[in-house]
Amino acid sequence: MAQVSLKNIRKVYPNGYEAVVPTSFNIADGEFVVLVGPSGCGKSTLLRMIAGLEDITVGELSIGDRNVNHVDPADRDIAMVFQNYALYPHMTVRKNIGYGLKNRKTAASDIEAKVQDAAKMLNLTEFLDRKPSQLSGGQRQRVAMGRAVVRDPALFLFDEPLSNLDAKLRHQMRIEIKALQRRLGVTSIYVTHDQVEAMTMADRIIVLNTGRIEQIGTPTEIYHRPASTFVASFMGAPPMNLLNAESADGRVHLGGDMSVAASTADGPVIWGIRPEDIEIDPTGDIPFTVDIVEELGAHRLLHGQLNGQDLTIHVSKDVVVSAGPIRISINLDAVVLFNPETGLAL
Amino acid sequence: MKRAGFATRWLPILLLLPQLAIIAVFFYWPAAHAVQSSFYLEDPFGFGSSFVGFDNYTHLAGNSEYGRIAKFTLLFTVLVTFFSLALALLLAVKADNVIRGAKAYRTLLMWVYAVAPPVAGFIGLLMFNQSWGPLAELAKSIGWDFKLGVNFGDTATAMVLVSVWKQVPVNFIFFLSGLQSIPKSVREAALIDAKSSFRRFWDVTFPLLAPTGFFLLIINITYALFDTFGVVDVLVKGEPGNNPMTLVYKVYVDGFRGNDIGGSSAQSVILMVLVLALTVFQFRLVERRIHYT
Repeated sequence: MAQVSLKNIRKVYPNGYEAVVPTSFNIADGEFVVLVGPSGCGKSTLLRMIAGLEDITVGELSIGDRNVNHVDPADRDIAMVFQNYALYPHMTVRKNIGYGLKNRKTAASDIEAKVQDAAKMLNLTEFLDRKPSQLSGGQRQRVAMGRAVVRDPALFLFDEPLSNLDAKLRHQMRIEIKALQRRLGVTSIYVTHDQVEAMTMADRIIVLNTGRIEQIGTPTEIYHRPASTFVASFMGAPPMNLLNAESADGRVHLGGDMSVAASTADGPVIWGIRPEDIEIDPTGDIPFTVDIVEELGAHRLLHGQLNGQDLTIHVSKDVVVSAGPIRISINLDAVVLFNPETGLAL
Repeated sequence: MKRAGFATRWLPILLLLPQLAIIAVFFYWPAAHAVQSSFYLEDPFGFGSSFVGFDNYTHLAGNSEYGRIAKFTLLFTVLVTFFSLALALLLAVKADNVIRGAKAYRTLLMWVYAVAPPVAGFIGLLMFNQSWGPLAELAKSIGWDFKLGVNFGDTATAMVLVSVWKQVPVNFIFFLSGLQSIPKSVREAALIDAKSSFRRFWDVTFPLLAPTGFFLLIINITYALFDTFGVVDVLVKGEPGNNPMTLVYKVYVDGFRGNDIGGSSAQSVILMVLVLALTVFQFRLVERRIHYT
């Protein structure tokens, strides 16, 4: 068990490309942190630097109380689960799980006991003598997990471990990994490009974009109080509605009679609202025309235009709507204002 | 699986014909001829031949010189195969780690591949030239009076060295591509599981190279047995007297120098059986057992 601390970690490749700008954050003991962002945002590079698979150009990395900048991956007391599982194809499941222990001079009887425990925990007992090629994707994923948990490391690293699985299995494994991490209480860093995985699994989310941190926060904070338009549109499906408006006399006019206070100089401003913070309200102030109704079973999405700009509204399945003019009201507490030039929240 | 078919039966046969004709002319026909003449004793001046049954074979079995050459060929094959595989593997593993200038480095290592065996033998001759060859000089400097073509052991050493040098690039290319086909993440997983690079190599890299290795083993045995003819020919300078030679070279010496067509044919039939056995071994054992994915 350990806390992890990054101090001004920076990564520049030999060709001059800066994959990660100086970045600092701390992860508490036992915390589950998800690094999320689009491809090329530097999240994998960051994880690989923590694992020791990439050199750290500048900065200080500590795991526990130890600076590990120049420590071999094998000595960092970490375990990593790879996207394509990275199982040893010529070894049985038993040997795959036990290999890390064997290289750490663990007694053979101890290895066998630990492998059995891990296999039991992951429902792999009957597959111990099989080779990875004889397993399904989900089972291989479990073996990769087994290889990580059996070592009882200070830190788990996950590099998009679920992206090779089909949707149903991904959902199931998401819950299993989270439950396992809770039970073992091991500090974990999890990289994904899937914002649903980030929202559902994380204690804290770190949103990355082009090598820099956009926001660090709990899933609720990230979702409801995005620090930038990037976070607002990256997190959540459908994303937050972002509309252009003008701020005048300290207020931003949203539509109809509705407006919110803005502590900014007069001028253009972007306001954001989550689709579920808008309600259909026959007595509402704002006229809205529904163009398309998207039927999703548990709820419906209404797509239309407000002041000539695209807007999506999320309504429950009990609300029957058809295309045409309606009136809406907006939950003013949920409105977030952004600077249109920097994209940062005001 | 859907099978594509031909409209007529004759078209595929027609398309196969050129290849079949080449195999027939250059392999089946000479092979049949060799099998036939191995049962005859040929007049050295070509005036006629008489059927002698298995005499040519039984004569070989009791011939101590043939036994000696067979033993030398075995030793030669083992040494050439072992050293060319081991050296190539070492070079491939090292080249695989090179990041800067990797392409130039690899091209240089593969270059020797383009050298024809007799030319390789000739370069060997120059290197081991008794009065000014740099390798002979080197041997002299450590007190080894290297006499190529005179001393049996010295000639054998040069033969092995040149043959290995010639074969290393082929093995290197295969090993390097074998190394690069090992998924990067598997190696990274090993990096986290094992601290020692020695352990990682023997536990993960080497087993995953095994399919390539077995394939190369067969290729190298075949090379050492048969394709070293040019090297042997140049190094013994056409004076096989006391010099080491391989079974293939003996076929040539007996048949074309000694004009013993029958005995030479019997030897080549034995070699054919050997190749057949090697091929069966490769198909049966190797291709079936060493398979991971």
